[in-house]
Amino acid sequence: MEDKIIEVNFGPQHPSTHGVLRIKVKLDGEIIVEAQPIIGYLHRNAEKLAEMGAYPKGMVYIDRLDYVAALNMELGHVLSIENLMDVQVPERALWIRILMVELNRIASHLIWLGTHGLDMGMLTPFFYCFRERERILRIFDEITGSRLLYNYFAIGGVYSDVTPKSIEMIKEWTEDFVDKLEEIQAILGKSYIYVSRTRGVGKLSPEDVLSYGVTGPMQRASGIKRDLRKDSPYLFYEKINFEIPTRTEGDVYARFLVRVEEMRQSARIVKQVLEKLPQGDFYNKKYSKPMLVRLKATGESYVPTESPKGEFGIYLIGDGSSIPYRVRIRSPSFANLSSIPTMLKGYKIADLTAAVSSADPVFGEVDR
Amino acid sequence: MSDNILVTTLDEALKWGTGKSLWPFTFGLACCAIEMMSAMGSDYDWARFGSDVFRDSPRHSDLMIVSGTVTKKMAPRIRRLYDQMAFPKFVISMGACASAGGPYVRGYSVVDGVDQVVPVDVYVFGCPPRPEALIQALKMLQDRIVAGKVKH
Ligand code: SF4
Repeated sequence: MEDKIIEVNFGPQHPSTHGVLRIKVKLDGEIIVEAQPIIGYLHRNAEKLAEMGAYPKGMVYIDRLDYVAALNMELGHVLSIENLMDVQVPERALWIRILMVELNRIASHLIWLGTHGLDMGMLTPFFYCFRERERILRIFDEITGSRLLYNYFAIGGVYSDVTPKSIEMIKEWTEDFVDKLEEIQAILGKSYIYVSRTRGVGKLSPEDVLSYGVTGPMQRASGIKRDLRKDSPYLFYEKINFEIPTRTEGDVYARFLVRVEEMRQSARIVKQVLEKLPQGDFYNKKYSKPMLVRLKATGESYVPTESPKGEFGIYLIGDGSSIPYRVRIRSPSFANLSSIPTMLKGYKIADLTAAVSSADPVFGEVDR
Repeated sequence: MSDNILVTTLDEALKWGTGKSLWPFTFGLACCAIEMMSAMGSDYDWARFGSDVFRDSPRHSDLMIVSGTVTKKMAPRIRRLYDQMAFPKFVISMGACASAGGPYVRGYSVVDGVDQVVPVDVYVFGCPPRPEALIQALKMLQDRIVAGKVKH
């Protein structure tokens, strides 16, 4: 049988790679014997470039790591810098951060849901998801002034306040988002084809999850209840009621259910933040914008945060100058992607796209 | 004389037809690809401009939208995909990265501009360009094709 094994290349250009992933697959007939992901097609030296400018200037590159959830990336960076420099942040700014981050989590999961549908051969969820996502982007456009990459979180607060008009927009959005989500979930979850193609496919056991360092929805779909928003609360997450959805199956279908439920929980958080949003400053007046680039720091800092893909954090070393000595990115997609060989082994070649897209890799973050 | 007139007219008709039936290639590289997807999506719906059939194979398509950072590892693949496309073929360079290296121009692994690898017809600026900008680029490309001003 040895000589019957053939090698197939998947990517780097393929509609289901979610970017530029290449997988070398060894096949015995239809069965995958070995799968080896090859990365680096989008290596843009984000870490090195962030070490070349002042602390706030690194934000440009951090933004572009996970470009579908840029605000979550910024949060990891800004919290790490503030921890390093002992910056006080006004309460309103912290609440605004929660609001924006949760909205962006939903936008990111919506993109995943749409493209996952495409990978499974369904076009409709893509258009439904993008319709909903555009509504969130319009809110971001109103608040931050851009649609995809924001550079919105500043050291000591945020760059612009949430206006009454944008609050109206968010309220309007919260009213019917959950119903719309129900509709989108039904398209996939009630489709016999979708369910039979995803149930029992790409399984990861809790032991695999822990040994690969897989985090985020993938980890929770394998039965490990870990969410940094609950386990080591940052911002004001301890004051908010929400649940962590978990499943025990560890397959693609479980990941789908976990992500959809997470969107519901995030919508719940957004509602609560709107009720609790206090009045006051949206940035610390001590840190005016022109002086941000001159801030100096010494020491080390790492603040883990829960991004839509998993644990995200930036490890900073300051050497007393205004330029960071080291910026190390802990990117969740990279660790999640490393589980692909285990996830695919023994399955059919037709399950490959389902399993790969369920990992939700974003290559800005994998290759950095 | 009459032959000439007939040939030019056919030519015109062909150009008009090519411009109005561009089949783009599903080829996302980085952040700009998300905005390209938005342009395809429900709100911007660029199928309105006669360019709706996104194809997954280079051999089916005649418009390549380079949407994202071109790295040194990816550049030979882009050239290869471009070579696999059948004539007539056009390239839109979307975003600062594909046009000139963008924010990553100082990086050691980034090609500053996809025009070093493939010929580009229309450049779109922005980081990322809004979907409206991409749609404008498409319209511009169509106008150039109809006017016969494209590179090939
Ligand atoms: S131009 Fe900007 S948005 Fe586009 S790929 Fe480059 S960094 Fe990303």
